[in-house]
Amino acid sequence: MDMKALYLLVPLAPLAGAILAGLFGKAIGRAGAHVATIAGVAIAFIASLVIFFDVQAGNSFDGTIYTWMEAGGIHFEIGFLIDPLTVMMMLVVTFVSLMVHIYTIGYMQDDPGYQRFFSYISLFTFSMLMLVMSNNFLQLFFGWEAVGLVSYLLIGFWHDRPTAIYANMKAFLVNRVGDFGFLLGIGLVAAYTGTLHYGEVFAVASELVGVEMAVTGWNLITAICVLLFIGAMGKSAQVPLHVWLPDSMEGPTPISALIHAATMVTAGIFMVARMSPLFELSDAALSFVLVIGATTALFMGFLGIVQNDIKRVVAYSTLSQLGYMTVALGVSAYSAGVFHLMTHAFFKALLFLGAGSVIIGMHHDQDMRNMGGLRKYMPITWITSLLGSLALIGFPFFSGFYSKDSIIEAVFAAELWGAGYAMVCVLLGVFVTAFYSFRMYFLVFHGEERFGKAHHGHDAHHDDAHHDDDHHHGLAPGQKPHESPWVVTVPLILLAIPSVLVGFFTIEPMLFGEFFGSAIHVADNHVGLSKLAADFTGPVGMAIHGLQTAPFWLAAAGVGTAWFFYMKRPDIPAAIQRRFSAIHTLLENKYYFDRFNEIVFAGGSRALGTGFWKIGDRGVIDGLIVNGSARVVGWVAQLSRLFQSGHLYQYAFAMIIGLFIMLSFWFNLG
Amino acid sequence: MTGLPLLSLAIWIPILGGMLVLATGSDRNAPLARVLSLAVAIAGFAVTIPLFVLFDNTTSAMQFSEFAPWVPRFNINYHLGVDGISMLFVVLNAFITVMVVAAGWQVIQDKVAQYMAAFLIMSGLMNGIFSALDGVLFYVFFEASLIPLYIIIGIWGGANRVYAAIKFFLYTLAGSLLMLVALLYLFMESGGSFSILEWHRLPLGMTPQTLVFWAFLLAFAVKVPMWPVHTWLPDAHVEAPTGGSIVLAAIGLKLGAYGFLRFSLPIVPDAAHAMAPLIIVLSLIAVVYIGFVALVQTDMKKLVAYSSIAHMGFVTLGFFMFNSLGIEGALVQMISHGFVSGAMFFCIGVLYDRMHSRNISDYGGVVRTMPKFAAFFMLFAMANAGLPGTSGFVGEFMVVLGAVQFNFWVAFLAATTLILGAAYTLWMYKRVVFGKVANDHVAQLDDVNRREFAILAVFALCVLAMGVYPFPFTEVMHASVDELLRHVAVSKL
Repeated sequence: MDMKALYLLVPLAPLAGAILAGLFGKAIGRAGAHVATIAGVAIAFIASLVIFFDVQAGNSFDGTIYTWMEAGGIHFEIGFLIDPLTVMMMLVVTFVSLMVHIYTIGYMQDDPGYQRFFSYISLFTFSMLMLVMSNNFLQLFFGWEAVGLVSYLLIGFWHDRPTAIYANMKAFLVNRVGDFGFLLGIGLVAAYTGTLHYGEVFAVASELVGVEMAVTGWNLITAICVLLFIGAMGKSAQVPLHVWLPDSMEGPTPISALIHAATMVTAGIFMVARMSPLFELSDAALSFVLVIGATTALFMGFLGIVQNDIKRVVAYSTLSQLGYMTVALGVSAYSAGVFHLMTHAFFKALLFLGAGSVIIGMHHDQDMRNMGGLRKYMPITWITSLLGSLALIGFPFFSGFYSKDSIIEAVFAAELWGAGYAMVCVLLGVFVTAFYSFRMYFLVFHGEERFGKAHHGHDAHHDDAHHDDDHHHGLAPGQKPHESPWVVTVPLILLAIPSVLVGFFTIEPMLFGEFFGSAIHVADNHVGLSKLAADFTGPVGMAIHGLQTAPFWLAAAGVGTAWFFYMKRPDIPAAIQRRFSAIHTLLENKYYFDRFNEIVFAGGSRALGTGFWKIGDRGVIDGLIVNGSARVVGWVAQLSRLFQSGHLYQYAFAMIIGLFIMLSFWFNLG
Repeated sequence: MTGLPLLSLAIWIPILGGMLVLATGSDRNAPLARVLSLAVAIAGFAVTIPLFVLFDNTTSAMQFSEFAPWVPRFNINYHLGVDGISMLFVVLNAFITVMVVAAGWQVIQDKVAQYMAAFLIMSGLMNGIFSALDGVLFYVFFEASLIPLYIIIGIWGGANRVYAAIKFFLYTLAGSLLMLVALLYLFMESGGSFSILEWHRLPLGMTPQTLVFWAFLLAFAVKVPMWPVHTWLPDAHVEAPTGGSIVLAAIGLKLGAYGFLRFSLPIVPDAAHAMAPLIIVLSLIAVVYIGFVALVQTDMKKLVAYSSIAHMGFVTLGFFMFNSLGIEGALVQMISHGFVSGAMFFCIGVLYDRMHSRNISDYGGVVRTMPKFAAFFMLFAMANAGLPGTSGFVGEFMVVLGAVQFNFWVAFLAATTLILGAAYTLWMYKRVVFGKVANDHVAQLDDVNRREFAILAVFALCVLAMGVYPFPFTEVMHASVDELLRHVAVSKL
């Protein structure tokens, strides 16, 4: 088969599934919808595998599919760039998507919007594939916004829940703030290079160094990189544009796994890695990336500690891990960032789907305070979640260890401005990650069985408070949780395998070998991973060495503390909470970002709009000028009535004057 | 090219057909009037298709030209022709006419023949505006096209229709009177010619250029409408029947913008350059200020009307940056806005026909009872917010790219539409469509019928096709826009 046709098949197969399930959902029925979409994604996955081996064999592709438009001397094209970075993303996206598709059969089985849901997640897969396979900025932006659209549709999937439709609008608008920067960045690229094709832009990138922008006088390359990164901050939920991600948990759990953990939110990371030839040219931009990422990594982790909703804990953990990936980009360890992106995709999808399985078992109750001791009832979910948690905290030999440790080592080696701050953040973050992860693990799977008690508390931040009648929730008194059906547990097992193993087998080629080849560029003056590469003695050696380093002990301390607090002495967290109530309130309110945005941006915009409308449009323009001139007309009419006296001599006089003026006008002209 | 006078057919089929529809008389013959109107509208659209298909992309010269003396004594001629700037609008206008006839099919029960005839005649007159190459001919069409819309608002409009109709009429008439003075001045300066193409080559000093520019500006700015002469539009939209709003937004607003390209820029290029900063500032105010105003509207039609003003701000911005991305982007934006705003007003009409309310607060949870409608409405809302893959993205993207080339801060302000446009559109969508079913009226809504479905589907196809493959649209513009830019770059002083 022609390779170009195969490349096309990858995004188009899920698109076909989406169209079938979306437009003809009623005709093909529930089973028809999931068969069609799963077939589409499975085809995409298999095709991606074939392409992977083709790329491994040294082939690559950079070509146009069709010309979208030509204007202003710029060719706007739809085209594919197939290289190791792309093909890795394709595999991750299609594999996780396939797992999520299968899982959805179980998770959404009672939902009236079954076909619609499958249509959306297949459409998402299509959009995400178009994003990662693009060879130009235009298509990147297409995919970028398209995944945002599907995310919007899916967060608001249960569209009669006020919290869901608030969350989806918030997600879209916050992302638009990022896209605002992103679009301007793309605009600068187009204005100064005359092309939007990656290869052509990178080829002339070095000529942009030192160029000053007209009008603003800014350093061009820094401006481009910072603006592009603002787009990444929106999509990959970096502080302060992170506020939409926790709220996105209003969507059904399968999409939290697919979109808001494994794939879409990593689009920003992917994009920066793809743009490494540009970012390498601006240390200022890299420092900006580094500081934002480090802040996100640590401070979003703190918030995970105080959450009681199982999905929100995983959501904050996602934010924090995205911060780690961003830190890696900042210290020019792009391949480590992308490597963590991949391992994280597996173990975080696993954790989310595990959380979803718990939610099914708990009959759609998400409050961890109502759980406990679930390991007895849900053994597969328990074991797979444990594996996922160990991968997340970076336990040696697990995939997360290899990726996170590489990032931390790269930060140690970095000489960039802000590296010291980043080092503190990523190290402390390790403890925090281990603590909230195992806090969740112990609260859910171990300890006292707290479910089935009559009237478990529905407090203010409980998610299902607004659930519709057809979403039953909570276990009745005496009812026991149950293990989920095989369509749910099989994806858990299939995700657990790479969560454990993928790091061990891929670290060498991805970080220190030739896997990425020229797809990722690191400038000679940046340390990146070169120091690491010198010390690397193979995955076994790295894991054994890892047992003696600070990150491991910090993680162990986090797990131990969680065990002590939540298994041994449950009174301590309550005491700490009382003692440090100010800090607790700050964390409960998520550093007041939401409040601030609500008052300043949302409220401010409404006030501004009302002001412009009532004072500008109604008061000045309509009131003074339009209706004012109508009054002037009336006044003039009153006045001119005086002239229409009916006396002939007055009319004759007026005519003579008029004639005189006209004649002098014509004579002067002649 | 065919030997047929296609442009004349595009103008006179709807006008004469409209008169024929009028002849069917009272509402006893309403079914006949409807069928006849649809036939005329489709025939009118059919004759414009060859304009697009047979259009020669390689030349900037006028195509499909027709020439006949009209009033030889004053050298006034019946001179028609289209280039890459005007051709698409003739096609769009004829297309929109079919849509409004279909849109009014069951909704209008009172004075059907007159209603349909008004739209058909207006359509012919507007085609005249886009293809006239004689100043007087242009002016006649330009002014005459006001009358049908005035009647449509005044007779089939809402409660406050008389105020709105008069405001609309006086506002636009006042604007265009100075244009007549400018046309007469150009006639005299050119030694007795009303040929617009000759005026393009007419040397003029800076003072006359500035005066002529202002005269045209007033006429066109009101039509666009540009801030601050925009306040007639929300009132007119709110009172107009659905069909009136569709035509007003899709075609009516394009007349003024077209005027800038056909008159202001090429006839008085030096004044246009000198005044560009002013126009750009006004355009940016339209984008930002009006974006905020749209956010707080409680009436759906007003909200979309304000969003139209903001989108037209992009058009005038694109024109006056004098680069090809800007001008072509503005033209694309005009076509796209024809589809998107037409579809948005149709959607609101669908709701209004059922609920007799345009208040956002009367709605909520419409998706429960009208899922098909909600899906279409979502698509058009996203197009209104400029989502890539829809036509709404293409023009905004091009204008923003053009603006970055021109001045970063201009681009910065223009790009705020990405946030503002999404905010006002999606907030409205959320309150109307999502949420729990708000009241019994919403609970009893019927989803779209076949006729409405067909109209929405055609609009959806246009919006998506132009979003996914804008190539054919921009391709026809290049030669004319390049020639215009070359022409404008040369001083007439």
